[in-house]
Amino acid sequence: MKTLEAHRENFKALSERLYSSLHQSESMTLQLAFEDQDYLRFNQSKVRQITHVEQARLCMRFQSNGRRVVFSLDLSGDLHVDTRSLISLVARAKEEVRVLPEDPFLCPFENHGEHHEHHAGSLPPLAELLEAMGSYEAKRLDLAGLYAGGTLLRATSNSAGLHQSFSSDSFFLDYSLFTLNAAGDHKAVKGLYSGRAWSTPVFREKMAASESELPVLRAANKRLEPSRYRVFFSPKAVDALIGMFSWGGVSYSAYRQGESALQKLMAGEVRLSPQFRLEEDFGLSLIPRFNSLGEIAPASLPIIAHGDVKNLLISSRTAREYGVTGNQADTGEALRSPVMAPGDLSSSDILERLGTGLYVSNLHYLNWSDRLNARFTGMTRYACFWVEDGQIAAPIQDLRFDESLFTLFGSGLEAVTEGSEIIMATDTYHQRALGGTKVPGMLVDGVRFTL
Amino acid sequence: MSDSIKPESNPLPARRQDVNAPTLLITPQRPRFDPEKALNLIQKEAEWVGLRWVTETNQRRSARNGQPENNGAHFSCGVMIEALIDGHIAYAGTSDLSDQGLLRAAQNAALKAKEMTATKVYAASLKERPTSVGHYEGPKGRWLDSETLAALSEHLIECTRRLKVSEAIVTAVAEVSLIESEVWYLTSSGTNIQQRQFMTGQHFGAIAQGLGDTQQRSLNGPTARCQQGGLEAFDWDQLEAACESVGEQALALLKADNCPTETLDLILAADQMLLQIHESIGHPLELDRILGDERNYAGWSFVRPSDFGSLQYGSPLMNVTFDPAYPGEFASYRFDDGGAPATREFLIKEGLLVRGLGGLESQQRLGVQGVSNFRSSSWNRAPIDRMANINLEPGPTPLNDMIQHVERGILMEANRSWSIDDVRNKFQFGCEIGHLIEQGRITKILKNPNYRGVTVPFWRALAAVGDVTTRGHFGTPYCGKGEPHQMIRVGHASPACLFRDIEVFGGDS
Repeated sequence: MKTLEAHRENFKALSERLYSSLHQSESMTLQLAFEDQDYLRFNQSKVRQITHVEQARLCMRFQSNGRRVVFSLDLSGDLHVDTRSLISLVARAKEEVRVLPEDPFLCPFENHGEHHEHHAGSLPPLAELLEAMGSYEAKRLDLAGLYAGGTLLRATSNSAGLHQSFSSDSFFLDYSLFTLNAAGDHKAVKGLYSGRAWSTPVFREKMAASESELPVLRAANKRLEPSRYRVFFSPKAVDALIGMFSWGGVSYSAYRQGESALQKLMAGEVRLSPQFRLEEDFGLSLIPRFNSLGEIAPASLPIIAHGDVKNLLISSRTAREYGVTGNQADTGEALRSPVMAPGDLSSSDILERLGTGLYVSNLHYLNWSDRLNARFTGMTRYACFWVEDGQIAAPIQDLRFDESLFTLFGSGLEAVTEGSEIIMATDTYHQRALGGTKVPGMLVDGVRFTL
Repeated sequence: MSDSIKPESNPLPARRQDVNAPTLLITPQRPRFDPEKALNLIQKEAEWVGLRWVTETNQRRSARNGQPENNGAHFSCGVMIEALIDGHIAYAGTSDLSDQGLLRAAQNAALKAKEMTATKVYAASLKERPTSVGHYEGPKGRWLDSETLAALSEHLIECTRRLKVSEAIVTAVAEVSLIESEVWYLTSSGTNIQQRQFMTGQHFGAIAQGLGDTQQRSLNGPTARCQQGGLEAFDWDQLEAACESVGEQALALLKADNCPTETLDLILAADQMLLQIHESIGHPLELDRILGDERNYAGWSFVRPSDFGSLQYGSPLMNVTFDPAYPGEFASYRFDDGGAPATREFLIKEGLLVRGLGGLESQQRLGVQGVSNFRSSSWNRAPIDRMANINLEPGPTPLNDMIQHVERGILMEANRSWSIDDVRNKFQFGCEIGHLIEQGRITKILKNPNYRGVTVPFWRALAAVGDVTTRGHFGTPYCGKGEPHQMIRVGHASPACLFRDIEVFGGDS
């Protein structure tokens, strides 16, 4: 396809052409998502599949006569071809608004100004990745994972004059290093190296650190009976837990429509720990502050503090429906840049404070089991250990937990680490996602394991 | 411009005789594209080249609480180019269908195939890309030009009104998806396959709040009702009546007792069997999982290559098939995305594991028998081993007989929650509604029914398989897997089944 700049220009030209075709009673927002990415999939420290993807998806929101229609399509990159396709969709949209029922929660498109942000980066030469894989293979190290790297662009404009864009060059290598333990069970350590500027020394350091964790995994598994245990959750595990707040958690519409797990918290029936503070903080600069309508969210927004909900995420449409003030949340009202505040537990004290219990590095496949009580289930995964008297005793056979957010971030929360990790999003459904989280580790007492 | 928006006095346009009224059929102007000409253009860029052109229109229409919610569609169009050089296949996907765009993608794939051939997992050959010529056209039924958009909107809104049987129903949702998909796969070795699928999906659900509780109920679970075919899937009189029942059941669940915590007999209706089959049969049998390709994301499998032909996966009542030709099932097709012809095969026969779910690449790498399920979610992703239609074959037992043979148990319907470990062993699933069975008869409904188990012991506890009258064919559009991630459509047909001595539990009181 074309360069990033060409796509920006193309988007601008498409916007102008389409907006100039609108009648006074019609309005429109356009949103572009472009990526030019290499995806390298590894198994056994070798290349399993390599896919290069160049794609540009345009979403068109058309409003007229109190109705709205949303169409999206894959752009070819040819201005003439794409204009013709879009004009045919505008014609269809105009037909649809003639017959659709009125939408009482429609929000007018507004001009929130013009803003452009580009984060240049330096990506690794793929040969370097392949060379590293070759060295692991020579050492009989078994790596499985995905490298994704390239350019991402998000842009929004509307017929009221708004124009925003955000682009970045970035990469991640999301990997698992496998080994066999004494009993022949497969064990693995999980790693993530991500950023905008590839550094060979940092890459090697990360990989060496992961490799150094393998020997302890080679000890025999400890089988634990279902029970309640003290648990230290690493930042990666906390990242998974925080994800639950975005799935029927902090969304105001979910709260009003009976789908939020925080109903009892909102009703004041439970409180969370004052140690747990969660905010939306765009200072991470991993995702634009503007949403799909070009509305600009506050630079930071407290979500939970002092044990209570301070703000739920409210989109303009939700605000209109329920007569409340919105906070520029995107459709879906999920956290886009969550940051959990650190605490005072130093990394050197983690095992001692844990005493006897579980060190959980990663979690897998979380899902609500009793949403009213904010209870959800999931599995431990990767390098998780049994700790006795402040010392790592053995890796564990993976366990299923079934516990409430109200325990994990409330009555059971003992301490939060003073250090945090930034974890870049690795979601690649349809296209590579922007975003990430910044989270510390946390120590929790009385976590219920069931299987 | 927005200032001029004026509400109309009548929010629901009456059914109209207007011959110009838009139907549900949308025909967007797409870039002109000739796949055969395109293949000619790029086929010299590598030893062997494949080109898969995908176009799809996917409409989503929904209403909530008597108002329109979503009216939109995505129009997908692009190609995936495969280049084979020195035993290595690399892929490049692009939506730029110009000559320059196609050449750039083909050259990119060829370059990477060549550069990375020394580090490939295995040596590919044309054995994994057989030469096939043919076409598939799924059942179209009554298609989208037979219904107006206005009429559909009325139906959806009416369904939400019927769901809202009381003020305690805080959310009433009616949603449909309407999909037309076409894939044309051509290769430099002579493959020429065209496949068209026409699909619909539907969801009708209610959430009730009251008595300090919140409960949801829907028709068969939120994503289960999807199939190939057309608008004959929407019998609106029947659906509207069913919506009232859904609303009533959501209300009744507010007053119901919690599912008890104990070990007892469990009957799963077809709309929960779909999830049970999907998670604890479909995924663990995928050969690419067994090969370790998925270890960094979706996970591995407890199944070992030596288990095929030897592992007693479940009780002798258990017969599971890969059936790409089941009439109307959601993931029916004639060829997979590597060009291999798809045929019905037994995966598990009388409880014995006999065959895996893997395409020709995985079969070659692992040396076990598989099926034609090398599939991709769209033009921008490379094919991998995916479930398609995975079905549990019906048995002889009517539902009433099954219930009569239960001393104490629960009948669960409609999936609500799902979680399983990364090797597909330890699972915990939840349903929307349970029915307590005492001494051979249903006595009351239960809320928050959940159960947990371990895959093989669970299937070995299969004690009765329902007859064809208990069978339903369902599916989901949201099976996630792969790196980069892919969301794909799968189908699952199953009768109701009885399992003995299963651990069940409810919500916190």
